[in-house]
Amino acid sequence: MADAAANFVRIAEPLGPATELSVKSRSYWSSVLGKLRRDPVTLTCAGILVLIFLSAIFAPLIIPADPYKTSMIRRLQAVGSPGNLLGTDELGRDMIARLIYGGRLSLLMGTLPVINALLIGGLLGVTAGFLGGRVNMLIMRTIDVFYAFPSVLLAIAISGALGAGLMNSIVALTIVFIPPVARVSEAVTTSVRGLDFVEAARASGARSWTIIRVHILGNVLGPIFIYATGLISVSIILASGLSFLGLGVKPPEPEWGLMLNTLRQSIWVNPVVAALPGTMIFLTSICFNLMSDGLRSAMDVKL
Amino acid sequence: MSPPPLDPRDRGGKAQPLLAVTGLKKYFHLKSGLLSSAAGVVQSVDGISFTVRKGETLGIVGESGCGKSTTARLLMRLIDPDAGEVIFDGETIGTHDGMSIREMRRNMQMVFQDSYASLNPRLPIEESIAFGPRVHGIPRAAARERARSLLEQVGLDPNLYVRRYPHELSGGQRQRVNIARALALEPRLVIMDEAVSALDKSVEAQVLNLLMDLKTNFGLTYIFISHDLNVVQYMSDRVLVMYLGKLVEIGTVEAIYNRPRHPYTRALLSAMPSMDPARRTTQPPLTGDPPNPINPPSGCRFRTRCAFAEEVCARAEPKLVESDEATLHHVACHMAIPGSGHSAATRGIAEAAAS
Ligand SMILES: Nc1ncnc2c1ncn2[C@@H]1O[C@H](COP(=O)(O)OP(=O)(O)OP(=O)(O)O)[C@@H](O)[C@H]1O
Ligand code: SF4
Ligand SMILES: [Mg+2]
Repeated sequence: MADAAANFVRIAEPLGPATELSVKSRSYWSSVLGKLRRDPVTLTCAGILVLIFLSAIFAPLIIPADPYKTSMIRRLQAVGSPGNLLGTDELGRDMIARLIYGGRLSLLMGTLPVINALLIGGLLGVTAGFLGGRVNMLIMRTIDVFYAFPSVLLAIAISGALGAGLMNSIVALTIVFIPPVARVSEAVTTSVRGLDFVEAARASGARSWTIIRVHILGNVLGPIFIYATGLISVSIILASGLSFLGLGVKPPEPEWGLMLNTLRQSIWVNPVVAALPGTMIFLTSICFNLMSDGLRSAMDVKL
Repeated sequence: MSPPPLDPRDRGGKAQPLLAVTGLKKYFHLKSGLLSSAAGVVQSVDGISFTVRKGETLGIVGESGCGKSTTARLLMRLIDPDAGEVIFDGETIGTHDGMSIREMRRNMQMVFQDSYASLNPRLPIEESIAFGPRVHGIPRAAARERARSLLEQVGLDPNLYVRRYPHELSGGQRQRVNIARALALEPRLVIMDEAVSALDKSVEAQVLNLLMDLKTNFGLTYIFISHDLNVVQYMSDRVLVMYLGKLVEIGTVEAIYNRPRHPYTRALLSAMPSMDPARRTTQPPLTGDPPNPINPPSGCRFRTRCAFAEEVCARAEPKLVESDEATLHHVACHMAIPGSGHSAATRGIAEAAAS
């Protein structure tokens, strides 16, 4: 007994917090922001996306010409022609106006399905992950049925079944994105649920919903959100694909995928103009992807 | 042990145990992937009974995997027991006429081993400490006030620490926060599951002394789980020894450390660095890993590693019997049961070990 006590003699020296004190406490989010500020690629991508979104939102104010006005004599003008800086399409409509206007539909079809899927899939996944057991089995096995199909096929099949049109393609894409979002949400939630601080919260007598709100959501929303950002690029491409196949929006609406389709025949006449809608799709999706990667690494701070 | 201060929440008086556990049992059914048919049953905690007296510290020791954490989680009802009854100061937990689980959790709290994992990384520590009181309906301002005062009590200046995040603290500081969090509901019993095991030796000593002080200041009762026999000896009034989900020996710290009777306890203690070398030579060392808890040995679970195992040990499970009333000493070994059929049953364990 005596030597056991000797091992634990009272250590009189006070705790020394003063030495390791940082003046101001930095929250998780402020350190993430700090990291992002030093990441030029992510900043550039975010800047480009902001420009594209702003131009789509304020399209009526900034377009130089009517995007629907055709002109038989000014068809397929080259880039740089006077009056049509980015040329004209196969019906003589101004490309700048159509590209800016097209961004409205393309961005809508790129983001809305992902936002919907984030809400529905996120709810399903977080619920499944937190409750575990039979509820988890039920939700995740159902999700797996949809997951078995390649996303392109699923999107085409659902769109085909619902019929062409903007709303239907948004619904179709939402259904396509619910399973992956739910899966990621379930995985993140399951890993957080097993941590001791969730156990400690349960041990304090808190109800499930309180625990989810205070302790789970803050730790899972970040990763789920990052994943969803990466999906926007897929959604834009799929949406364009649907329009390209005639399952999305219908002519004469300007939409990047549809424009790509109708300009296809002119690829030998004026390849630069024909490539413009594709370039916009590519630029937007690559920016979303790079931004998603940047956010991921910024948020992956080992605290 | 100084008498605990009068507690207005006390119901049955000093003689009534704060916690009485009877036949606590938890088997984990392992699922084998696809068809989820049971692939095995882990007998993590297999019918253990003990009491915790008001104001004492009950140490729980045993090798890794013997069911210490499972016992703690069962007591907190973080997992549901398969069988068993837990009575808190005279009230059965989880029954209609007894104490609700929520009410129990206000009286009983737990500190976990991993100081980092047991704090939400996204919350300032003030919020983590105030969470429990908030859940139990205390207004935000009052809960925060309590968090600050508790930080002070555990030796952290609230003005410096209150808005900090867990990653901005050292391991020892984080564990102090976890202790403050456990105390925020003003519990009467605190379970420490390896609460100091992950800390440096010097920090460990500081935290242990803090725990001793808090116990006196708040009139607490502790269940102190650790695999470090020195720490348990330093902290405990009584010690409970577990082996493969079974309680094998329990008694006052003097009885367990100076007059251990179960061969397992004796082997554990002989491996302790600061033990009397004379005894170490007479004790067979503990060799090999404990057997698989999925298929534990029949009879006495320790028999596969016991130097005194005889035929009766495989046939019958030794009951926990009183070995000395004064030291509250109980042991579960056939050698301590007269007439059990073990050849050493009449001679006693000490003579058997000496021969
Ligand atoms: N959720 C679970 N599912 C299946 N088996 C489990 C589960 N939890 C614990 N076990 C098993 O129960 C047994 C006891 O585990 P427990 O964590 O209680 O041991 P312990 O005494 O705390 O060990 P340690 O000293 O390593 O912390 C182990 O064999 C373990 O594998
Ligand atoms: S009951 Fe038998 S096997 Fe078990 S500890 Fe005692 S002597 Fe050893
Ligand atoms: Mg453990």
